[in-house]
Amino acid sequence: MEPFKTHTGIGVPLRRSNVDTDQIIPAVYLKRVTRTGFQDGLFSAWRGDESFILNQEPFSRGSVLVAGPDFGTGSSREHAVWALMDYGFRVVISSRFADIFRGNSAKQGLVAAQVAQPDVELLWKLLENEPGVEVTVDLEEKTVQARDLTVPFEIDDYTRWRLLEGLDDIGLTMRHVDEITAFEATRPGRLPTTAQV
Amino acid sequence: MGRTLAEKVWDQHLVREGEGQEPDLLYIDLHLVHEVTSPQAFDGLRLAGRRVRRTDLTVATEDHNVPTTDVELPIADPVSRTQVETLRKNCAEFGVPLYPMNHAEQGIVHVVGPQLGLTQPGLTVVCGDSHTSTHGAFGAMAFGIGTSEVEHVLATQTLPLKRFKTMAINVNSKDGTLRPGVTSKDVVLAIIAQIGTGGGQGYVLEYRGNVIENLSMEARMTICNMSIEAGARAGMIAPDDTTFEYLKGRDRAPKGVEWDEAVAAWRELRTDDDAVFDAEVDIDADALTPFVTWGTNPGQGLPLGDRVPDPAKIVDENERVSAEKALTYMGLEAGMPLRDIHVDTVFVGSCTNGRMEDLRAAAEVIKGRKVADGVRMLVVPGSMRVRFQAEAEGLDEVFREAGAEWRSAGCSMCLGMNPDQLAPGERSASTSNRNFEGRQGKGGRTHLVSPLVAAATAVRGTLSSPEDLN
Repeated sequence: MEPFKTHTGIGVPLRRSNVDTDQIIPAVYLKRVTRTGFQDGLFSAWRGDESFILNQEPFSRGSVLVAGPDFGTGSSREHAVWALMDYGFRVVISSRFADIFRGNSAKQGLVAAQVAQPDVELLWKLLENEPGVEVTVDLEEKTVQARDLTVPFEIDDYTRWRLLEGLDDIGLTMRHVDEITAFEATRPGRLPTTAQV
Repeated sequence: MGRTLAEKVWDQHLVREGEGQEPDLLYIDLHLVHEVTSPQAFDGLRLAGRRVRRTDLTVATEDHNVPTTDVELPIADPVSRTQVETLRKNCAEFGVPLYPMNHAEQGIVHVVGPQLGLTQPGLTVVCGDSHTSTHGAFGAMAFGIGTSEVEHVLATQTLPLKRFKTMAINVNSKDGTLRPGVTSKDVVLAIIAQIGTGGGQGYVLEYRGNVIENLSMEARMTICNMSIEAGARAGMIAPDDTTFEYLKGRDRAPKGVEWDEAVAAWRELRTDDDAVFDAEVDIDADALTPFVTWGTNPGQGLPLGDRVPDPAKIVDENERVSAEKALTYMGLEAGMPLRDIHVDTVFVGSCTNGRMEDLRAAAEVIKGRKVADGVRMLVVPGSMRVRFQAEAEGLDEVFREAGAEWRSAGCSMCLGMNPDQLAPGERSASTSNRNFEGRQGKGGRTHLVSPLVAAATAVRGTLSSPEDLN
């Protein structure tokens, strides 16, 4: 995973709450067995509508999505994160994220920046009044800045550290493999196994 | 201070307690795998030269993509077929047990685990599927994970996790029962409507109270299944004699002396009297009636006797805008009685309501009646075992005689990854778990309902409860 310090790109105001993962990428796109190329499925139902924000220049080139509360609810599909990243998004801003989506983002290096709803409203207004304005997300400072507006965001410190360092989770866990083995030795023998007989 | 059920299970699985901001490392007892969220995880293992650490704690089945007709034939959709074949190759290469299509144990992953007796109290259970919360009905800590986490569990049998907060959902009625025609599906839809789709974020919900204690295991599974629709990580119910009775004698349940040991350990899995939850919610079950959704998220639900809400009367701006968009998408007018909503399709099935009790309940309503003209009714058992049991009880004949289609096991129209989909503009009454835009097919409109309401709706052609048939 690439380390993430700061990112600057075009902000996209998405005035919708409860953007569930079925909207981010419908199930029909989940049949693939590869990990890339999901950009065509991103918001596919909404992109059929010409007035949808990503069908408008310069928002189609956006990389910082500013959405309403409860972003990423529903299905656990990590494809939602892949689709956002394959499209070019590096940051999603919302006042509330679904837990699984937030976890999936952290694994892939997509920054899920939690910004208070009144600040999201300010960002929306700014991005709508001046389409194409660039937004800078600074992970070290935990700030979102556009023009003369700077607002703070929340992200848990551990996730922030991992993103800043670009660390791989499995590698981190494998450092504790002896502890895993020791734990396994204490598991009662009556616990179920899946072994086929 | 005492601990909650969730905290006890967590503590029993601590491989390593995180220092400072570091998350805890939790051992995973059971990892369920299906074809949709696993291919990229196996690929990751292959690229890194890693193996599956505990194939004996991992089991796979094919559910999301499988057709529910002509199951003996190869899957017609080449993309679905590739995904299923990829799972088979991965399971063979990495040594993971698999229940493929046409196997007697195949079915929706969340139906298969419990019926095999693999899902047991006090376990940690994960799956690359948000409805893993289902298994919490046994007092297990069960939650959905993304594909990167699937890879992590395959490689290490652990997950780094921050401790969840706990929320008690107290469901009580005067005598501990629900009113006639009210099911656990109505209970959970009412809970989600009350706390909202984000109300459970960061929490493990523990369902408690006299109503929960009196529910069957299958009814409990329906409630825990939809915990994720309230945004919760997991939902749990303390194990009791109902749980033990369900498990006893199942293939993977402990036997003999080990059974007695297990039951003794399971009896300890209760929230201590002096434990404190981070939040509590009370549900007055005496006030509950059949519940249906009118909108495009599972929190947008109301009692069947109500009317489609008027967005203009909603104070919160985000909720108002959301309701306006929902009504436009759903093609509904504010103020119309919910009972006047016509449907084209009725779907009975899914990991929420695709078990024996669900099929029996629907069959009892529809027996001797006919599906209304112009309405298509699909009945899809949650697993092959459910299918065979239902056929042994003659339920397939009941459904067929009423004019419904009796299918083979799988996720089916819950999310339309197989050919079972709604056409654009089509409207369903569905016993599944999500009414998101396009969930059951592009442009499809979904009303979430209980199996009883589904069956009554099929007969009348409009959203109905069984009492409307008298």
